[in-house]
Amino acid sequence: MIDALDGIDGLRDAASMALTGLGLAFFVAGTLGLVRFPDSFSRLHALTKADNLGLGFLALGLALQADHWGQVLRLALIWGLALIAAGIAAQLVARAALAEAARRRR
Amino acid sequence: MIGWLTFVAVGLLLSLAGALWRVWRGPAQADRMMAAQLVGTGGVGVVMVLAALGDWAALDVALVLALLAAFAAVAFVKANSADGAGDPEERAPDTALLQPRAGREGDTDRGGDEGRSGAGGAAP
Amino acid sequence: MLLDVILCGMILAVALAAVSGLGVFRAVVFFVVHGVLVSMAWLRLDAVDVALAEAAIGAGLTGVLLLSAVARLERLAGGGAWRQRVNVLPAGLAAAGVTGALMWAFLGLPQPAGLGAEVAAALPRAGVENPVTAVLLNFRGWDTLLESVVLLAALVGVWALTADDDWGARAGVAQHAAPGGVLEGFGRVLPPLGLMVGVYLVWAGAAGPGGAFQGGTVLAAVALLLAMAGLAPAPRVGAPALRLALVAGPAVFLGVGVAGLAWGGFLRLPPDIAKPLILTIEAALTLSIAVTLALLVLGRPEPGDGA
Repeated sequence: MIDALDGIDGLRDAASMALTGLGLAFFVAGTLGLVRFPDSFSRLHALTKADNLGLGFLALGLALQADHWGQVLRLALIWGLALIAAGIAAQLVARAALAEAARRRR
Repeated sequence: MIGWLTFVAVGLLLSLAGALWRVWRGPAQADRMMAAQLVGTGGVGVVMVLAALGDWAALDVALVLALLAAFAAVAFVKANSADGAGDPEERAPDTALLQPRAGREGDTDRGGDEGRSGAGGAAP
Repeated sequence: MLLDVILCGMILAVALAAVSGLGVFRAVVFFVVHGVLVSMAWLRLDAVDVALAEAAIGAGLTGVLLLSAVARLERLAGGGAWRQRVNVLPAGLAAAGVTGALMWAFLGLPQPAGLGAEVAAALPRAGVENPVTAVLLNFRGWDTLLESVVLLAALVGVWALTADDDWGARAGVAQHAAPGGVLEGFGRVLPPLGLMVGVYLVWAGAAGPGGAFQGGTVLAAVALLLAMAGLAPAPRVGAPALRLALVAGPAVFLGVGVAGLAWGGFLRLPPDIAKPLILTIEAALTLSIAVTLALLVLGRPEPGDGA
């Protein structure tokens, strides 16, 4: 891996590795939050970080490896869709969690 | 690069295994749903890495997963609305539950109240 | 290799968690997760077409269907009462027996040579470049034709449960959402993108992974979202246009098949015009699959249930 780090390809691979590594780190952090945080709402907070940033960095890192612009376009579309889905799901599930907590208290 | 991407894919999968624990543990239905959401997004990530590792055509799978990622959450909140066909936003939120440290007990899972809904819901 | 071992382990663990019987809601969430993982497994097996179908059906539509079903059961029985303990022993023995018989049959099979070589040899005459689409719509058109009829029969079965007074009403319960809310906004943002992805999958199916089933499922999800966001009411089950959309796929497929009799046999496609014929069948099938799947998830007409 290391001896390949020469020239423009090496630079591209290094950037790709750094970005995908960062994406992985955000996913691990999101999972840790989901497992460790004490209540539904803080867990939701951890979850959306992984969704938005983790997947974004992954897509960015992988886009550097793409060999056709169509693949880059698709990666961007996937990330955009995941952003929308994460935002919507977070809002709706938070509302539902609130209602569920209210039901439990009764 | 192949070695690194395989490492990233394995790391993502292991991180998803952590989310599976939250699906098992709950305790609220919303917690399980959130964990499923994380597995969905993480799945999109794994599929993207697999696409870069082998066949870029696999990106279409990630596209479909990302497109349908919020559907389970939408079905969940709709099914849990008052009449099963509504939307949680139609009802004003119980803001008392949002006060810091007041009335949060009903939502925590420290007491290991798995399966007994409302067990930790003592009045504050 | 390590990746595959972990993936297999997670699939088995999730499957076990889904059937272990501790709470129906948890089982359903595990089922949804299972769909995501299995679609990854299909990718590892280089079956991108199947991975697409699994992602759309397993992780998408069936999750919506089962989550609605759980909440409905709880509402119908006032929560909890329907959770009767069933005797798990006979069910477990039966499942283990079927699994054992299948394994015995599978292991007893002669080593399959596969049909890959034959399909590759015949591919130039198929009219499409994707071998999966060639098999589904040309070489083994029978199976696909009958599958499209099975889908239709399933919908007829669901509709047969309709109460007499409700017949002719809109499919499913009356859906509504907060005006200007998050859900309604989602219902406005996603459908254009979903429409594009769905049509793209059908079109891409001629040359690469994709096809009528995958594209139709995505389109069904888009239609469902419009209904669930309260933006478009579900169609009336008696509407002629709806009936037409439901039978278009099987009818066009059957029509092309019968026309093939003049060429040499039922469902034979002349190589020269095979591509336009396949695209015509796929377009009609996509419409029918999308409408049928969406209506299957919406369920029988229940206009009074929504209040």
